[in-house]
Formats: sequence, structure tokens, C-alpha cells
Amino acid sequence: MFGKLTIDALPLYSWVAMGGALVTVGGALMVVAGITWLGQWRYLWSEWLTSLDHKRIGIMYVTLALIMLMRGFIDAIMMRSQQAISLNSDGYLPPGHFDQIFSSHGTIMIFFMAMPFLTGLINIVVPQQIGTRDVAFPFLNSVSLWLTTAGAGLVMASLVLGKFSTAGWTGYPPYSGAEFNPGVGVDYWLWAILISGIGTTLTGINFVVTILKRRAPGMTLLRMPMFTWTVFCTSVLMTFAFPALTVVCALLALDRTLGMHFFTSGGGGNMMNYANLFWIWGHPEVYILILPAFGVFSEVVATFSAKRLFGYISMVYATASIAILSFTVWLHHFFTMGSSANVNAFFGVTTMIIAVPTGVKVFDWLLTMYRGRIRFHPSMLWTLGFIVTFVIGGMTGVLLAIPPADFLMHNTTFLVAHFHNMLIPGALFGYFAGYMYWFPKAFGFALNERWGVRSFWCWLIGFYMAFMPLYALGFMGMPRRTEHYNVAEWQPYLVVAVVGAVVVLLGIVCMVVQLVVSIRERQQALDLSGDPWNGRTLEWLTSSPPAPYNFAVLPQVRDLDAFYDMKARGDAYRRPERYHDIHLPKNTGAGVILGVVAFVLGFAMVWQIWWLAIVCGLAMWAVIIARSCNDDAEYRLSADDVKKIEDERFQALARAARHEVVGDRGFSPAPLPGSAT
Amino acid sequence: MSAEAYAASGQQAHDEPDVLAQREFGFWLYLMSDAIIFGLLFATYAVMASNTAGGPTGKTLFSLPNAFAETLLLLFSSITFGFATLATKSNDRVAALRWLTVTFLLGLGFVFLEIREFYGLVQLGAPPSRSGFLSAFFTLVGTHGLHVSFGLTWILIMAGQLIAKGLTAPVASRLLRLGLFWHFLDIVWIGIFSVVYLPGVL
Repeated sequence: MFGKLTIDALPLYSWVAMGGALVTVGGALMVVAGITWLGQWRYLWSEWLTSLDHKRIGIMYVTLALIMLMRGFIDAIMMRSQQAISLNSDGYLPPGHFDQIFSSHGTIMIFFMAMPFLTGLINIVVPQQIGTRDVAFPFLNSVSLWLTTAGAGLVMASLVLGKFSTAGWTGYPPYSGAEFNPGVGVDYWLWAILISGIGTTLTGINFVVTILKRRAPGMTLLRMPMFTWTVFCTSVLMTFAFPALTVVCALLALDRTLGMHFFTSGGGGNMMNYANLFWIWGHPEVYILILPAFGVFSEVVATFSAKRLFGYISMVYATASIAILSFTVWLHHFFTMGSSANVNAFFGVTTMIIAVPTGVKVFDWLLTMYRGRIRFHPSMLWTLGFIVTFVIGGMTGVLLAIPPADFLMHNTTFLVAHFHNMLIPGALFGYFAGYMYWFPKAFGFALNERWGVRSFWCWLIGFYMAFMPLYALGFMGMPRRTEHYNVAEWQPYLVVAVVGAVVVLLGIVCMVVQLVVSIRERQQALDLSGDPWNGRTLEWLTSSPPAPYNFAVLPQVRDLDAFYDMKARGDAYRRPERYHDIHLPKNTGAGVILGVVAFVLGFAMVWQIWWLAIVCGLAMWAVIIARSCNDDAEYRLSADDVKKIEDERFQALARAARHEVVGDRGFSPAPLPGSAT
Repeated sequence: MSAEAYAASGQQAHDEPDVLAQREFGFWLYLMSDAIIFGLLFATYAVMASNTAGGPTGKTLFSLPNAFAETLLLLFSSITFGFATLATKSNDRVAALRWLTVTFLLGLGFVFLEIREFYGLVQLGAPPSRSGFLSAFFTLVGTHGLHVSFGLTWILIMAGQLIAKGLTAPVASRLLRLGLFWHFLDIVWIGIFSVVYLPGVL
């Protein structure tokens, strides 16, 4: 009846695990109780959960990301504190539990923090930036969100019932196979990323179509804002790389569930095939995470330097090159697996080549700032912190790209330091910059800058303290994922690292304070104009928060910095003669239902409750079929209603402090090819 | 009137992009993404084809006449789907339904033969858990068969929509996409026949 699920699934094996379960259940109950107490269920359901509005879906994605950031960070600080005290002692985490923690930390940070964060920013910004009213497939967008949430839910459920994987976030066989890992942990990991991975593939398809088919009139490919370009490349990567993750997880699931022999050590299995398939997805994934952040930095640096982005064309080519090259380097993740010297050399060289377009980008950002009127908004600080720190990480990456050097560094904390050095400044700082940059667009008031600056400095200093010692420890030969050790020289470095983690914690606290303070004092920071930073791209043309349709009349694009150009021409805020009816997608609960059923399906597969899995599979089919027969998925907003909303918008504009641009288009020594000027 | 209906009637709603064209483009992207799934399953099969772990090999297991019959059924179903598409173009709903029915029956015959083959293999002591080779074989061919089964379900749904809604623009667009899907599965099958069955028996 309940498959492998028995009372033993409760985490009674250690007080730490029990604490985790209690916090999870308690947190969920508190949220439910809070919503009930406020009487907001109906509002939440009809305005948010069932919404197909890309801006609301984006906000829900970012909310999920921030919640999972907390969870992933708790894992991180637990690992750091364990290693700081476990010289010649067991510390406070038993090995099996420590293994679960590093596995869930990586899984959460990649799949359920970074991915939703970037997808959320994409959702909020891209349709506005290309001057359209919605994404190409609004319903699919909702399905993606809820499949991602279902995956995150499975990871959280593993805290309460059963255990999470102990096989690391990469889940290498044979250790992750049924023979050596018979519990449910690896299954939780598999089903969480299988389900969310399908959501991500759909997101990729959605945004490729949105960007290619729905740009405002006049926006040629080379007039697309840089963020949109990076999102386009990321969406292509999502569409073509995520199937590899689906395949590799499905095959491992077949091994574990049906006793097949894809990756087993006997029976004709080939576990090296796993490493190849996994990293054919895994390396493009790195760029899926990092390219949108590059896009954010490009927008932020141009806006807060009050200049056109330097070298736009080179930036576009660099982004596209990185996207293509990202498929040619996967083997550098396993130089030590035993490929021939020539194969290793080939992948070493392709890896180093990726540093070239990345370097181009760094110079473009620097030269954008050169002779600009720089404003040190927190978003700009994240960008500056990124540029400096990311270059260090890039250099250690080129070091690791040399196969003989990699043989020495492989599986040491040097590698851990390297990829955190890429992904924390490269991806996370970018998401934070985007969060603080676009927050007024999403909510209509700006975030408190003082607390933003404090948060930045804590994160930056904390990052250096936490990860620079790991480089040194890697040189000293400390293996990654070590639960306890007996080398006394390591301990001082690990103590510095845990202090760094605490400083990062202060950074997170500052962010929470920033949010609370900003909400409380929102009346002083209202964004009435919709253009708080003297922006250059079309998302700043809409009101803050934007009307459901974003643009009452689609803008005409004449320049790369379309909105800046409109301000310079003086027609940014011109009222149209008349409005037209607008079609918008109706809300639907089908996405949420699919997400919930996918969660139960995953849970049933983890515990091998076959009847429940079959019921869920059929239920998902029924929902999809019912939805696919629906020809009436849109509603019409009448021209009068549009006018009413726009009247309010123009009243607010009249009261607002607007950024007027007189003839000055920012420092732009040469006009762009294809631009009208 | 929905945007779809607008797009269908040719009078584009003001500023509204062509929804159906977007869906068709999106479906192409989905097919490319699905092609990568099959590509990796093919690669995995190629890597594991000789990993029989002392168990039966393709030579003893595969029956070329059976694979040939499957091929014929699937290829002819592609032709009959083409006829259904032509009927849609000339607005002949009855003919479209007739050809969809024929396509469905041919596809059903294919799935029947495949299930019979799989059942026979398991009876012969060659289930997917026997060796890496058989795991890869069942997964590659089974994934294709699963796709065909989804296609069959989709044909049923579209037949239902043809009867209930007639040949409206959204229905015609869905039929077009179903056609893409069906022909795509044909191409994948040709790959399976050439990579799995032919070298297997040679």
C-alpha cells in the first residue's frame, strides 16, 4: 500500500536531522497559519498561484529562489562549522548526515536557487524589455514554475520523510546505484531534478520563441538589449542541454528502479557514460546560470555609468561564442577519468578558449565605466565586486584547464573554491544586482540603498574569507567533502572559512532587513515615473508595477537604447490618440494542479508506491488533455478599461520626478551599425 | 473572440502577434529538444551494444521480418497522415477523419508488434535487466514506442476535436503539429532500424 514508506522514514537518527524536519514542517505550518489568519487564501489563489501574468510568475520564481537560498545557506554554514571543529574529532555531524548536507547544498543552490532566480528575473524583465505584452506561451510558463516548485518540494520533503542523497550533487555511479545506495536518498535527488528539469526545458522553448517572435516593431536582433541577448543564448542552452539531464537521470532511475545495467559496475554497465552524459548537460548549465547575470551587469553598468554599453556588438558575439563553446568543454570535468592525453589536451584547449570571449566582456564593462558618470547604487557595487572577483576565479579556471595541473587539484577544495568563485560573483551577485535594479519595476517602490550597500560588503568580504582559504587548502591537499581530518595545519584555514560564512550570513540578514525597511518606508521611495534610474531600455517605459498588458500601445524601436532614444526625442511619454482592446491570458489552476500532481508522482516513485504513481500519471494526462482542448484561454480588456488604467498612469507621471534627456544620448563615439542615428 | 480566432479569421487583432505561428515554431523547438533525447539514447546504445555480459546478443534475439513489418506499418502510417493533412488543406473533414483512422490503426499495429517483440524477449530470458546491451535496447526502442503511443492518444483527441469543433484554425494548427510529431517518429524509427536491427542481425 505504501511501498517502502514506513514509520522508520522519520528522521529520528540524529537531533540535527530532527531539527531540520521540525523547522521544515514548522515553517510550512506557520506559512499556512499566517495566510489563514490573514484570510488571504482566495487572494493568493486567484491573483497569484493561478496567474499567467509573466511578471507575477517571475516574482513567484524569485520568492522560491530566496526561500531555497536560505535552505542552501543553512547547509553551507553547517558544513563549514563541522569542518572547523572536526580536527581529530567527529564534530557534530555523522558522516552519512554530512554527505546528505553537501549533496542537498549543491542540488538546491544550482537547481532550486540559481535556476528559479534567473528564470524569475527573465520572466519579469524580458517581455517588457522587448516591448511585448506577454511571453509566447503563458500557460507553459505557469507549468514550468510549478514543476520547478514541485522539485523543490521533493528536496524539502526529504528532510522530513527518509533521507536525501549522499552521492553529491552530481550523483556519480556506481555509488549512486542501487547496489551501494539502496535507500531513497538518490531517488529523491533524481525525481526532484527530473521534474524541475522538464520545467526548465519548457522555459527555454518559451523564451526562444518569445524573443524571436514577439519583439516590438523596429527591434532588430542587433537592437535587442544585452540582457535579452544573454537570455536568448541561455534559453537556447536550456532547450538543448536539459534533455541530456533528463536522459541521464532517467537512465539512472531505470538502473535503480528496474534493475537495468546502464551504469552498474557489473552486468555490462558503463559508468563512464554517466559522467559524459551528465556533463554534456552540466557544462552548458554553468553558462545557463552565468549568462543572464552577465546580461544584468551589462544593463546595470550602462545605466549607472549614464553611457551606452561599450562594444555592444562584441558583447553579442562574445555571448553567442560562449554559448556555442559551452558544448565543447564538458570533458574537463573528468580529466582524471582516463581519456588519452590528446583527448584531454583538446578539451583543455577549448576550455581555455572560453576565457577569451569572457575577457572581452570584462573589458567592455570596464570601458563602459570609463569617463562615465558612475552612481554607486548597490547594483553597481555588485557589478564592481563581480568584475574583480570573477577575474580571480577565471584565472584559477584556466589553471584547472591544464590537464596535468588538474590531476593534482582534482577533487580538492581548490576546485570547490574555483567554482564558488565563478558562481557566487558570476551568477549570484548578478541576480542580486538584478533584484535591486528591477525591484522598483516589479513592486513600484525602490529598495533601501543603505542596507543594500551593507549587504554587499558583507557578502563580498564574507566570500573572500570563506573561499580564499579553500584555494590554499587545495594546494595543501585537502580533499573536498571531508567530514573529519587529522591534519592540524588545515584547521586555521577552515576556521577563517567558517568566519567568512558567518559574515555572509550577516549579508543575508542585511538583505532581510533591507526588504523589511523598504516595505515599511515605501512611501518615501515610490517609483511614480516607472523610470527610477534614468534607464535606457524599454522596461523603464512601463509604469511600476506595470499594467497587466505592459504596453497599451506597442513601442516603436529606433535605437539600441530604445527608451533613452525615445526620451531624447521627447516622445517617451506621449499619449496615443486612441486605445485598442487587448487580449490577455485568463488565469488557470491547471498549472498548479500539474505541479502538485507532479510532486505526488515524484514522491510515489521515490517510495515505490506504484498505484499512486499510476494514478498521478493518468491525472497529469487528463489535465493536459483537458487544457489542450481549450480554445478560449484569453480574455479581452476593452479599450475603455485600458484608457482608465492609462489615465491613472499619466496622472502619476504628472506628479513624478522624471528624467528628462535633452539631446544627450550618453557617451557614444560611434553610431551602431543598423541604428537610425 | 480569442486571439486565436482573430488570427484564424485573418483580421489580426490590433498589435497581436500571430499565436498559431508561435506555437508551430515552439513545437519545432520541442522536436529538436526531443531529438537530443533520442540522439543521446542512440549514443548510449552504440556504446553499450557489445556489453552483453555473457547474455544473448542481437544476432540471436532480433527478427528482421518483424522489424521490417514494423517499418512498413510506420512508414505507411506517415503516408496516410500525409493524406489526412491534404484533406485538411482542402477542408474535407470526413476524409481527414477517415485518414486519421487509418493512421491510428497502422500505428496501433506497430505498437502491437513492438509489445509482442518485447514480451517474446522477456520470455526468451532477455529482459532489460539481463545486460547493459539489453537495457540500452529496451530503453531506446521503448522510448520510441512510448512516443508512438502518445501520438496515438493525440490522434484520438484530434479526431474527437474534428468531430466536435470542426476544422477550425486552432484544430488545423494542432493537426499540423501532430503531423510534425508523427513524421518525426518515423525518422527516429529509420534510425532505430539502421542502428539497432540491421547491424544486430548482420
